[in-house]
Amino acid sequence: MTLTLDAPRIVKTAPLVQIRGVNKSYGSVVALRDVAATVYPGEVLGIVGESGSGKSTLLRMMNLEETPDAGSYTLDLPDLDGNLFDLDRFARRMLCATRIGIVYQNPHLGLLMRHSSSGNVAERLLVAGERRFAVLREKAREALAASEFPLERLDAPPIELSGGMQQRVQLAKAIALEPALLLLDEPTTGLDVSVQALVLDTLKRLQRDRHITMVIVSHDLGVIRTLADRVMVMRRGEVVEVGLADQIFQDPQHPYTQQLVHAKL
Amino acid sequence: MTPVLDIRGLSKGFTMHHLGQGFAAFSDISFAVNAGEFVLLKGANGAGKSTLLRTLYRSYLPQAGQVLFQSAHGPIDLARAADIDITYLRQTEIGFVTQFLVARPRVSAEALVAEPLRLAGMAEPEALDTARHWLQTFGVKDTLWPAYPTTFSGGEQQKVNLARALIRPHKLLLLDEPTASLDANARAALVRRLADLKAQGTAMIGVFHHPGDVEHLIDRVIDLTPNAPLQEERQDVAV
Repeated sequence: MTLTLDAPRIVKTAPLVQIRGVNKSYGSVVALRDVAATVYPGEVLGIVGESGSGKSTLLRMMNLEETPDAGSYTLDLPDLDGNLFDLDRFARRMLCATRIGIVYQNPHLGLLMRHSSSGNVAERLLVAGERRFAVLREKAREALAASEFPLERLDAPPIELSGGMQQRVQLAKAIALEPALLLLDEPTTGLDVSVQALVLDTLKRLQRDRHITMVIVSHDLGVIRTLADRVMVMRRGEVVEVGLADQIFQDPQHPYTQQLVHAKL
Repeated sequence: MTPVLDIRGLSKGFTMHHLGQGFAAFSDISFAVNAGEFVLLKGANGAGKSTLLRTLYRSYLPQAGQVLFQSAHGPIDLARAADIDITYLRQTEIGFVTQFLVARPRVSAEALVAEPLRLAGMAEPEALDTARHWLQTFGVKDTLWPAYPTTFSGGEQQKVNLARALIRPHKLLLLDEPTASLDANARAALVRRLADLKAQGTAMIGVFHHPGDVEHLIDRVIDLTPNAPLQEERQDVAV
């Protein structure tokens, strides 16, 4: 019905992220079926779909928390060759600490709730090998400032902070080492609308000023519309449609995407 | 001269899966636009004028045909170009002007207007200066520049939108009723800006509810009414 698109001809940059042929089953339940994804440097890819569509599973795989039954994952970075799913545990941990940042919907997954906020961010730097106290403190402070965290609360533990502030600490931790790839799993879900706007604005600013490549998973189409350059629609473990964000929202092709877009208030 | 845009046999329709049916918006459209040329699209409501603009911008996916665009990187078929190339061209060479502002929470008017320049690599102070110049030109009061346009009236939002959309010169500009509901001063500022861009060589395709606003800019009229002779000479048309 529509035309098949050409390979890029003007943009010569290689994709940062390439995922191919990813399959994953839990027992008889198929979580991901032949999933492919491409993200270019500086681009924001949004992944939408209902609960159980496999979008969060895919994001956890990009963070190397899970290994698929089959498939490949490459990041176009210096000194990094081959399928990242083949890396051993130590290499995975190092790669995630230094090149990939993640923000979870649930801050408990990403933070030590009773340690200080600055300590949470500094921990990431420690894993990467930084040992000088003054540098740790200064870098943690910088990352928290970039996430628009109120600096007078540097030493407050996340458990004493509001949901929006906890997300900022997660974000600061995620960007402290200037990752090549920032993964966001429902980063604003469960926040008040006004707080949600603040977090979105912070993300937009990071995107604009630092050109961080992002993959954001959300079932909130408004969030995706605000942040994403391209959108990937998933259903029952499969990618049903990928396109420019405005095209997905204005001219959805797949029956499921039409249903999803028309269901938005 | 090679046209900036050469549209050949372009067709677009929509399939509405929940109704189990589809309909054609326009089919087999062909025309070309040269640098510095202004083409007005005409036709009754539903003739597909806005749909054609959105298809050229690739907010809509074309179903058949070619849209050859002479980019700074050589010719490229917009109907089949990769999404990433389209994103790049939108940031650099192809602009779209509507009457609606897409405001974002907690982003000031001047930051919103400056954004295309920031994305193109201009330093923030210089980009903001340029943004303020255009806000002033389109008649947005200076007290509103640092405010958030989400709360502005429709008319003020529209001016912010024009400042943002026209802050950078483009090779190709698509205009979807940008003058609708504008006050006289802003309309005059818009027409002046379009005349300047046209003189600089921007190719333009526009839909105007009241084409009288831009009458002296129009070089050619394309009638999208089904079965109408597609092209008419400028002189023959009462606009």
